[in-house]
Amino acid sequence: MRTKSIFRVFLLLAILIGGFSNQTLASGGNDAPFNPGETALHHIADAHTFHFFGDIYIPLPAMIFYDRNGEGITFLPSSASFDIGKSGNGNIAIDRYVLQHGVVRRIKDTSFPMGKVNISWEGHASHGNDHSGHDHSGHDHAGHDHGQKEKGMKDKIMDELDKGHEVQAFYNGKGFDLEDRTTLDGGLAGGGMTSYMDFSITKNVFTMLFVAFLLGFVFLRVAKAYRTRDGQAPKGLQGFIEPLFVFIQDEVAKPMIGEKHYARFMPYLMSAFFFILGLNLLGQIPFFPGSGNASGTISITIALALFTFLITNLNGNRDYWTHILWMPGIPAAVKLIITPVEVMGVFLKPIVLFIRLFANITAGHIVIVAFVGLIFVLGESGKNLVGAGVGAVAATFLTMFMMALELLVAVLQAYIFTILSASYIGAAVEEHHHAEEAH
Amino acid sequence: MTGSLAAIGAGIAVIGAGIGIGNIGAKAMESIARQPEAVGDIRANMLIMAALIEGAAIIAIILSFFIS
Repeated sequence: MRTKSIFRVFLLLAILIGGFSNQTLASGGNDAPFNPGETALHHIADAHTFHFFGDIYIPLPAMIFYDRNGEGITFLPSSASFDIGKSGNGNIAIDRYVLQHGVVRRIKDTSFPMGKVNISWEGHASHGNDHSGHDHSGHDHAGHDHGQKEKGMKDKIMDELDKGHEVQAFYNGKGFDLEDRTTLDGGLAGGGMTSYMDFSITKNVFTMLFVAFLLGFVFLRVAKAYRTRDGQAPKGLQGFIEPLFVFIQDEVAKPMIGEKHYARFMPYLMSAFFFILGLNLLGQIPFFPGSGNASGTISITIALALFTFLITNLNGNRDYWTHILWMPGIPAAVKLIITPVEVMGVFLKPIVLFIRLFANITAGHIVIVAFVGLIFVLGESGKNLVGAGVGAVAATFLTMFMMALELLVAVLQAYIFTILSASYIGAAVEEHHHAEEAH
Repeated sequence: MTGSLAAIGAGIAVIGAGIGIGNIGAKAMESIARQPEAVGDIRANMLIMAALIEGAAIIAIILSFFIS
């Protein structure tokens, strides 16, 4: 029985990986050699469409506000209006906006015609004009390498994402460069600098809304069950949520914050735990409605850590601030060293909090994509069928292992975020009765 | 060349974190064997400590990305 179910999981994964390889072949192109790094970054990045299967994409509302010919602010309603074609590239440009690999981008050249224009994505790259941004042609390789040194992390990831693709839209046989994408994840604050405002419901936003509604639905039902079944044993969904809830309450909130204050912070801790858990688990599912890498997006984890930072410091009592600014019970000379360290710690704690969540989730996803990429590395992008077969078998086993590990990490990181938030809040509201206590 | 230096830095950070987390794991196992009834507290504290060490390692790795 158990062997049978393991076999079923294996089969399911093999099918999923098959679908995945299809998609990767479509997006990578057959001419360019397979680049695992680029593929991995492409898959953890945010997008304006949901990739479903093969060349089927689910459009999402692309709310991009921009000034059209000085007529005031207009916006693009949906990514479907770009006529999504092969590998997520839109066949239509609207007012200089195009859809490239499922991401809405703008054409830099202002001489490009406004309105709806048919474009193509294949042609000979033209580097005639002011294309200084992302020039990957061979002739100025030395200059390019020199420029690499001054580039930040964002630009490097940008280059990594563009590598192997000539990121130009073609209209009447002429190539046009594109602006940076707004949804550059794995970059610093979640986006490139663009000349327009992007309020789109992207994949990550959709994932967050989905989790929020799911949690609302689940918890309203559970709350209703507590009212109607008062005094009886928990049942169904209630029985699933109650142990988790009691665990966070009794093992995280109470010991970290203390019996006296913990109830005030329960709503935040519970929301944080279940929201992060929901995002992590949904990110594990490789197809719709999952696959949005929301908790592995640094801007989202920054926002979550910001909540912890604000709650901690707004609730900090006198003791908390005294211990940071002028630690009692130690010589004044030492205080001069301790105070800057403590002040730095106030900011470092939430910074580490968001980096930890981001790095753990992103690393897991990249490793899975890298394992799946074994098929193409060993199969030499479809030239070596035996290698591809060996790669597929190896990838399935390795991915099974990583998926299991990722499930553990998903729960563990939600738990760690919650328990560390609780311990920071606990330190802020703790009352010291004896200030001369050793620190 | 800068890329490989960053990789070495990341590797050293991982060695440090590995030693630290290994020590935590070893001591936690030891203390669970000594006092099996305290397994819940030990596990929770072990995870927090592992997370803190991991935080230091992650900062080092992120810095190695930025500086390179």
